[in-house]
Amino acid sequence: MPTFEYAPAPESRSVVDLQSSYGLFINGEFVDSRGGTPFKTISPATEEVLAEVCEASAEDVDRAVAAARAAFGSWSSLSGADRGKYLFRIARIMQERAREFAVLESLDNGKPIKESRDVDVPIAAAHFFYHAGWADKLAYASLGQNPRPHGVVGQVIPWNFPLLMLAWKIAPALATGNTVVLKPAETTPLTALLFAQVCQQADLPPGVVNIITGAGPTGQALIAHQDVDKVAFTGSTAVGKAIARTIAGTRKKATLELGGKAANIVFDDAPVDQAVEGIVNGIFFNQGHVCCAGSRLLVQESIAQEVEDKLKARLATLRVGDPLDKNTDIGAINSAEQLERINTLVKVGEDEGATRWSPECELPANGFWFRPTVFTGVSQTHRIAQEEIFGPVLSVLTFRTPGEAVSKANNTPYGLSAGIWTEKGSRILWMADQLKAGVVWANTFNKFDPTSPFGGYKESGYGREGGRHGLSAYVTTGAAT
Amino acid sequence: MSTDTAAPVTTASDAPARAREVLGVSRLTNTALTSWLHGLSGVDQVGAEARAASLGTRSIKTTSKAWAIDQAISMIDLTTLEGADTAGRVRGLAIRALTPDPSDLSTPRPAAVCVYGDMVGHARDVLGDSGVKVAAVATAFPSGRASLAVKLADVADAVSAGADEIDMVIDRGAFLSGDYLSVFDQIVAVKEACGDARLKVIMETGELVTYDNVRRASYLSMLAGGDFIKTSTGKVAPAATLPVTLIMLQAVRDWRGLTGQQVGVKPAGGIRTSKDAIKFLVTVHEVAGEDWLTNQWFRFGASSLLNDLILQRQKLATGAYSGADYIADDSPSLY
Repeated sequence: MPTFEYAPAPESRSVVDLQSSYGLFINGEFVDSRGGTPFKTISPATEEVLAEVCEASAEDVDRAVAAARAAFGSWSSLSGADRGKYLFRIARIMQERAREFAVLESLDNGKPIKESRDVDVPIAAAHFFYHAGWADKLAYASLGQNPRPHGVVGQVIPWNFPLLMLAWKIAPALATGNTVVLKPAETTPLTALLFAQVCQQADLPPGVVNIITGAGPTGQALIAHQDVDKVAFTGSTAVGKAIARTIAGTRKKATLELGGKAANIVFDDAPVDQAVEGIVNGIFFNQGHVCCAGSRLLVQESIAQEVEDKLKARLATLRVGDPLDKNTDIGAINSAEQLERINTLVKVGEDEGATRWSPECELPANGFWFRPTVFTGVSQTHRIAQEEIFGPVLSVLTFRTPGEAVSKANNTPYGLSAGIWTEKGSRILWMADQLKAGVVWANTFNKFDPTSPFGGYKESGYGREGGRHGLSAYVTTGAAT
Repeated sequence: MSTDTAAPVTTASDAPARAREVLGVSRLTNTALTSWLHGLSGVDQVGAEARAASLGTRSIKTTSKAWAIDQAISMIDLTTLEGADTAGRVRGLAIRALTPDPSDLSTPRPAAVCVYGDMVGHARDVLGDSGVKVAAVATAFPSGRASLAVKLADVADAVSAGADEIDMVIDRGAFLSGDYLSVFDQIVAVKEACGDARLKVIMETGELVTYDNVRRASYLSMLAGGDFIKTSTGKVAPAATLPVTLIMLQAVRDWRGLTGQQVGVKPAGGIRTSKDAIKFLVTVHEVAGEDWLTNQWFRFGASSLLNDLILQRQKLATGAYSGADYIADDSPSLY
């Protein structure tokens, strides 16, 4: 019997020039923290220390916000066309340095190089290109009368798509004339710091973009800072609620993009082979560390067995391992903490009586790993059908009628995304109308584009990012006061 | 890597009986076939093409590349199908099949030499009992526009001249007009005329256009007893694309699940580089599985592909590219 073993095909690390320690990027330069404690960022695939970064102190946050405030006047009075030039320049540099960004992202985050190379980095650059085009057309974007920037924007982003979330946040803020203080997640600061170098390379005026590393307290200090006019956050619903409470009663505007428990709904007339791909892409893309992941599979009872069999056969071909190997499909879990959370919820699923299944695959000895996992026999009252696991764990539920599919899909506090698989166009439109989800994909899943607004219903947050709708979160309109 | 032909799993006469059993009908009518074929799960074009593209990004290096190159060479149906074919040209091709790379005798031989029916004897003479098969295109290849009697005579002629394998074309006109029963009956008749020869059914996917049609034609060909399903004649563009081959590999995989019978797949036409061939092998591996990774169950219909595979094979061995001057080749085909 022949065996087709794929030899290792690692992407070279030599393209990345890692420093042993990084300062904070404030007012156009890297500076030392004042009073902040250093911490290490590691590769989740090997637990190797990559670099040391600083946990920014309250004083550092002050300095960063002050720098952004000082830059705001001249940046916001630049013509839109001139701001657009900077954004175009940043976008082009990101493309030129794409391999560097991709390798660094996979090292620091643990995601497979094929995803950072083919998804994260190209779409991040695309966001800058897209918003560069808007910069001189804001008056014609139907945002309202006299659109103008808020001022200083405080942005806090998660670890699952470090560079892409940075692009989602910074590109529209700059295009509309705001200045930015951004805090990347504590486990994945490195591509944000590389982006800071790109800002220098693009001669972006000092203070327009400031990047401060740190953990929760730094983010909290930034969000609560008196001189921040607008807050943008992507992350967990718990933290999102805390932010909403922090800024309640202040002048601050906010967009919150939070958790999800998306239903991926497969009807019996679906193109089954492609639906199986969509299920895999929905929950195992980026190790399931995706807020809009299709973590609940709702499959029509009449084809449930067929879908389950094909899904399991497909999962057996997934390649789990070294994120830098070009053939890796599933990389490392981002942190020990996240791995622990996944383990806990999976244990709950077993204890509550759902049937757990994983393909046979060897996991590396070091680092944080979790096999792709499918739970069958799940019902709505199981915790694994209600709580966001944020890992490569799929819960399979069944339904009998379109109405039942809609009720089950909507029976969650979340409402970020949903998927519909059917060959019947009228049903797609009817379902999309019924589903309380910000994004509804039809016969595909996890497709992102800068032109398409993204955001949630209910406890998945508010505000939209991307597209014309995303711009409106970064401007105020009406007569000047 | 054995090229021994297993006895056909289905003999010609029991194909209709099995078809009735698979469909669950007492009489095989066009209505019954239509309901069955149209009841197959549809294919989403965007999703299928995205899946094929993602399989095409696999990075196959060093030892796995060496393995894949040898495997691909052994899967080639080395083909010449020109109006200008002569006995000398066919003999040249057959000699090449026996010694693909005179500078490296460890190079595996292609699976078969594929020619028009009147050239079978010349190929047979050279190949003898070497194990390299003789495949003949038949049934009024490439258009298939002839009466059934003429098609069957074409097949019988090739078989009697010593063909081990017959590559027939389906009646695309009948298929596209919904006359599935007629296509079925013709395949059954050709299969019967093949005797012990293995039957490859060419669907000419470039004329079927949609992936739904490719899936239906695949199932129809397997139901009628084809031992292989094959994409194209090579005379119509597009010929063998990766998404089409992906759909066919899903079909043979699911067919085995349904009936227990394994059917081979042969993409033909347009595959010219080692890089492309390896993408197809990756797709075979990850979609149909390892059972299909032999020349018993997977073939490439190609001619110039062999040159590039040998070039890459030499490069892996020596570390440097030799160049076309070091690849022994008779006149290149237009195929």
